[in-house]
Amino acid sequence: MENYFEVEGLTVGYDKKPLIRDITFGIDKGSILTLIGPNGSGKSTILKTITGQLAPLGGRVAVEGDDVFFWTAKQFAQRFAVVLTERIKPELVTCAEIVAMGRYPYTDLFGRLTDEDKAAVANALRMVHAMDLANRDFSTLSDGQRQRILLARAICQDPEIIVLDEPTAYLDIRHKIELLDILRRMAREKQVTVIMSLHEIDLAMKISDNIICVKGESIKAFGTPQEIIDTCSIEELYEIKNGSYDTLFGSVELVKASGEPKIFIVAGGGYGIPFYRELQKRQIPFATGVLFSNDVDCQVARTLSDNVIVSPCFEPAGEEVYKKALDMMLKCSAVLDAGTPCGSFNEMNGRLLEAARDSGIPVLTSLDKGGIIEKEVQ
Amino acid sequence: MPKDIKKIDNSPDEITVGNTGRFLLITILLTAALLIGLIANVNIGSVNIDRGKVAVLVWQGVKYWTLNLCTRGSYAQELSDVINSSVESRILFSIRLPRMLLAVLLGGALSISGYLLQVFFRNPIAGPFELGISSGAKMVVGITLIFIAKRVGNLSPLALILASFLGSILITCIVLLFSQKVSNMAMLLVIGIMVGYVCSAVTDFCITFADDHDIVNLTNWSMGSFSGSSWEHVATASVICLLGLISACLLSKPIGAYALGENYAKSMGINVKLFRLLLILLSSVLSACVTAFAGPISFIGIAVPHITRTLMKTSKPIFIIPTVFLCGAAFCVFCDLLARTLLAPSELKIGTITAVFGAPVVIYMMVKRNQLKEV
Repeated sequence: MENYFEVEGLTVGYDKKPLIRDITFGIDKGSILTLIGPNGSGKSTILKTITGQLAPLGGRVAVEGDDVFFWTAKQFAQRFAVVLTERIKPELVTCAEIVAMGRYPYTDLFGRLTDEDKAAVANALRMVHAMDLANRDFSTLSDGQRQRILLARAICQDPEIIVLDEPTAYLDIRHKIELLDILRRMAREKQVTVIMSLHEIDLAMKISDNIICVKGESIKAFGTPQEIIDTCSIEELYEIKNGSYDTLFGSVELVKASGEPKIFIVAGGGYGIPFYRELQKRQIPFATGVLFSNDVDCQVARTLSDNVIVSPCFEPAGEEVYKKALDMMLKCSAVLDAGTPCGSFNEMNGRLLEAARDSGIPVLTSLDKGGIIEKEVQ
Repeated sequence: MPKDIKKIDNSPDEITVGNTGRFLLITILLTAALLIGLIANVNIGSVNIDRGKVAVLVWQGVKYWTLNLCTRGSYAQELSDVINSSVESRILFSIRLPRMLLAVLLGGALSISGYLLQVFFRNPIAGPFELGISSGAKMVVGITLIFIAKRVGNLSPLALILASFLGSILITCIVLLFSQKVSNMAMLLVIGIMVGYVCSAVTDFCITFADDHDIVNLTNWSMGSFSGSSWEHVATASVICLLGLISACLLSKPIGAYALGENYAKSMGINVKLFRLLLILLSSVLSACVTAFAGPISFIGIAVPHITRTLMKTSKPIFIIPTVFLCGAAFCVFCDLLARTLLAPSELKIGTITAVFGAPVVIYMMVKRNQLKEV
């Protein structure tokens, strides 16, 4: 057994019906593992099985070589803590009391808190920056605050492994970042192993040491974020048919407009992106060029248009590319100058605009409202 | 700069989990209310007994009873002398005191029973009467009294409790089956009330078969009343109710954790199945005890835990459970006082009074929760 946390041939499912078979992976102590995959793929089922809430249908889960399915409920509670997706609504309970519930496996028959327990509660609250919420009624909190309190409860349980099922659901972007930052600190400073499911693939790539892609009968891929980017297509994992997902930057582009390009955008250096997105919203197909292959405009343009004129980077664009762009441009009924400056590498962009003016194609500098473009491209 | 300082000041230096001060204050107030209720109860009635005299009589009664118990019967004569010394003392010892003590015990037990059901359903709109459980107990006790007691002769209080318990468990199981189909608590409550009506109908049906001389007592009992309490009842009830109270206190730790939901409870190491079974058994035993001795009593089980939580401003079980018992006892004693004095010499059934005070509390609760969409 080389890994701290090992899953071997685990089969999970409800009511003896296997949902996902033969899950096998291992991770180190103090690392962060994230499960990604479409809704209903069984991420929660895997997490529930790992924490012993759901009986496994085969295989084993071991912590330091110790099979967890033989543990008592108390042993489980002292090593695993969970943050669940279900919304709880206890009444007349303060946040400190909720957090103190985390001490459950350690307190006496009546749940009395020792000074040590109280210190643990205070520490957990401090860790999630929620000390000021300690004496507030839990039911008066916002979703973000609740999630922080529930995380504090889990921290207070002093676990070796913390399991979170979609902890960022309901949270706005600031609270997402804060929550993940807390998890990262826990993992690094306290050597707590974090296993969670996330919907935000971009965040998953950035926070995780390891990622599992869950889909269908088995897990699709397991590896570091870089390995996942290299081997696993997000579009395929989530069955995205029309839109696209840029794994490297974690940005989403919506469905591209189909058909012959109506407008040619002379762009580059990021000047084109706002126009591409605006045209996507208006569902007007466009062509664009000349873009170098390492240009951000190129990244986005490729997901939003089938007609992108690309030139290899780090050298001036050649005549051949210019020719291709010119042909494309002459088929369009309008040209848009995105405002990219012309330098020695992309001097043909200037020539394209000149050629457009010479051949009487209207050259725009902005996409005015009021449907001018639509009229222009009729 | 001041802004930052203010922010830090907001954070408490120390974590207080549970407000002990408030707990003590409420406990003292409730105890005082209970004492006032008890004193009023022994004084007032068809014969008003002077307070000083009551004190002397009770003191002597307790003294000789204790001595009698310690010396195994050598003070029996003195004890019966005290009891039979006057009409007033006979009224006091054989009618008012047992009735009053039974009201204390059963009021507390019924409230705890309701509280445990509320914990079980994780919803404050639940009570043994309102879910039909008390009526189920009544039905089985009624059948037992009419059809079995006739053959066997006098039934012991324990046998009555057992019959009552069977009835409680029977209806509880039915309600639990329904609760798997309907997730809405208000709906479940309606089902419980319907089941309760069916049970009452069966009971009434059986009563028509009973002998004439049984009927007076049975009718009285089946509508809920503390009249006819005896020391034997008090002794049995006190053992069961106090054991129930202690058991509930022992469950306070998992009760608190269970409020976070089944899955969180499991993750903290609670055996949820066992815990739920214990809740149901304990709640049924307590409400069975109440029904066996005083018949079905409405609204105490549902309203008292809510009143207590509102007073305490917390739902920390270790604080709530004893105060629920106290509050239920005080509530029941006052209701019984009103029941027997309002239209004296005739007596109201206890449910009439508890409904007047309890039903508005429940309606208020339901309206408020409906606004929060949390029924």
